Amino acid sequence: MIHKSLLKWFGIFLVATAFNSCKKDKPKEDTNIPPVATGAFNLLFKNTVGDSALVLETSEYKNANGDTFTISTFNYYISNVKLIADDNSVYTESESYHLLSAFNDNTLKIPLKNVPFKKYISISFMIGVDSVKNVTGIQVGDLDPAKGMFWNWNTGYIMAKFEGYSSKSPEVDKTVLYHVGGFSGSNSVLKTVGLDFPTAMTVSETESPKLKVKADVLEWFTSPQNISFSSLYVIHAPGADAKKMADNFADMFSIITN
Amino acid sequence: MKAKNKIAALMMVLSLTLFFFQCSKDPQIPSPQVTGVTFTVPHGWPQPVYNFEENTLTDAGFNLGRRLFYEKKLSRDGTISCGSCHQQFAAFANAAHARSHGIDGQFGKRNAPALFNLNWQSSFMWDGGINHITVQPLAPINDSLEMDGNMNDVIAFLSADASYRKMFKETFGDETVTTQRVLKAFAQFLGMLVSSNSKYDRIQRGEAGYAFTADEEIGKSLFNQRCASCHTPPLFSNFSYRNIGLEPNVALQDSGRMRISESVQDMHRYKMPSLRNVEVSSPYMHDGRFKTLDKAIDYHINKPYYMSNIDPVILNGQALSADEIQSIISFLNTLTDNTFIHDTRFSDPLYK
Repeated sequence: MIHKSLLKWFGIFLVATAFNSCKKDKPKEDTNIPPVATGAFNLLFKNTVGDSALVLETSEYKNANGDTFTISTFNYYISNVKLIADDNSVYTESESYHLLSAFNDNTLKIPLKNVPFKKYISISFMIGVDSVKNVTGIQVGDLDPAKGMFWNWNTGYIMAKFEGYSSKSPEVDKTVLYHVGGFSGSNSVLKTVGLDFPTAMTVSETESPKLKVKADVLEWFTSPQNISFSSLYVIHAPGADAKKMADNFADMFSIITN
Repeated sequence: MKAKNKIAALMMVLSLTLFFFQCSKDPQIPSPQVTGVTFTVPHGWPQPVYNFEENTLTDAGFNLGRRLFYEKKLSRDGTISCGSCHQQFAAFANAAHARSHGIDGQFGKRNAPALFNLNWQSSFMWDGGINHITVQPLAPINDSLEMDGNMNDVIAFLSADASYRKMFKETFGDETVTTQRVLKAFAQFLGMLVSSNSKYDRIQRGEAGYAFTADEEIGKSLFNQRCASCHTPPLFSNFSYRNIGLEPNVALQDSGRMRISESVQDMHRYKMPSLRNVEVSSPYMHDGRFKTLDKAIDYHINKPYYMSNIDPVILNGQALSADEIQSIISFLNTLTDNTFIHDTRFSDPLYK
């Protein structure tokens, strides 16, 4: 009898242990079903140098100052993406933080989801990561510091990063390195871009528009200020140089119409 | 019956084996595990800046953070942990090292600060360059003079270690190791490093059997007049940035807060350190130039090196006599929290 009851208890124990170790959370039900009919709107970024597609490492380019260069890294954050409809309503992407990298074409595609069926006339987004995400501690996804776009010693995201080589650089290895960041006060490099669509783009049951946006590296080096690789060749902290570069690249985006 | 007994015995052995397998401890698993982890704001203290928002404090999370703090494999060559330079007996400062040895025997630029009451700080490091406790450990882990690691390697190491995967599962519900999870666990351990049980605190709380000596009273009164405007109780710092007139060490090329703010006004300004546990956290100042408290006080109060942005409190303050300094030290010694520096919850879990 003793053995029997022991056996029974161990049986219960065994089953309980097994159940405990296999316990899994029930899948969460999606309670955020959109109240209005929505569809998709696809953003496609294309990195260019002037009119030609950006090619890392192997292609040589020339900036407005006449300095030749090659590109080894070209990364930037896009955040707070908004679409403006013809009735002035605004679609705001949730958790809208995207790291776009010339290393990976997949990062250049941003599918906007749950976009209400409407006719859209313009888009706006921020170049960089808004200040809130710079001051609220460790983040995930594209904002993971392991992505290499974060200053560990001076908290904040590198909003945009250009690295390459130019014979004009005074550095021994001819490096040109621009890590542009700064989110607060007079050091902020955050820029909001607004682009009007040439023709309205409709999201409907049958229409999922594709918007192609060009990002032209050459804009980093001209207007309002021409950049000479012999005088400005390293930026790795917030400050005047980073702001100068951000003022330049604020207009690097344009809509590709063809 | 006999056959039944055999089956019963077999079942017991089986189930016990199964049980132990489930809970089998890798030799690396730290012991003993801390239980009953709770965070309490000490009586009379301000509310903390960080109170584990979006990072619910749990025993599992604390134990993981504690193990990570002492994990040498977070460094490039597996030789340096956080605990290498932040030693508990020195209130998590680096005893006897003006500037800490990092990887490959390299010296850092600054004196490893003591670690306690971090949840009350809105910025970290001597220059305040880091603005949140959950991103702080990234700095020493990545610094080429300190641990010279990177989070991709850290994640790969932790993901490949079964005992860590188990701890991540206990803490976060599944075994996935991410940067955010590593740092949340770190913040649970770091945030729990509360030092509030010094003799001073016990007297403040009116605990029986504790009273200042006559000399400590004199020191306390002097401290309140001369030191407390910057080293403000109960945290014994107002965490502002000041230039206290220490002759710059040219070789170190350290501009202090200016490195972060890019403002000339912040040249050679450093964050005000707390004076809690100051008795055990020698050496002193941002570059650890003073080994003893009397020198540290004497130099910055009585012999400041003139710079244009030197703090007026230092520049215009009256000299302190050697006796006055000794009395102040007597008072400062009442800020030593022996409970904290011997609290086994905070010690290396791999050693008793």
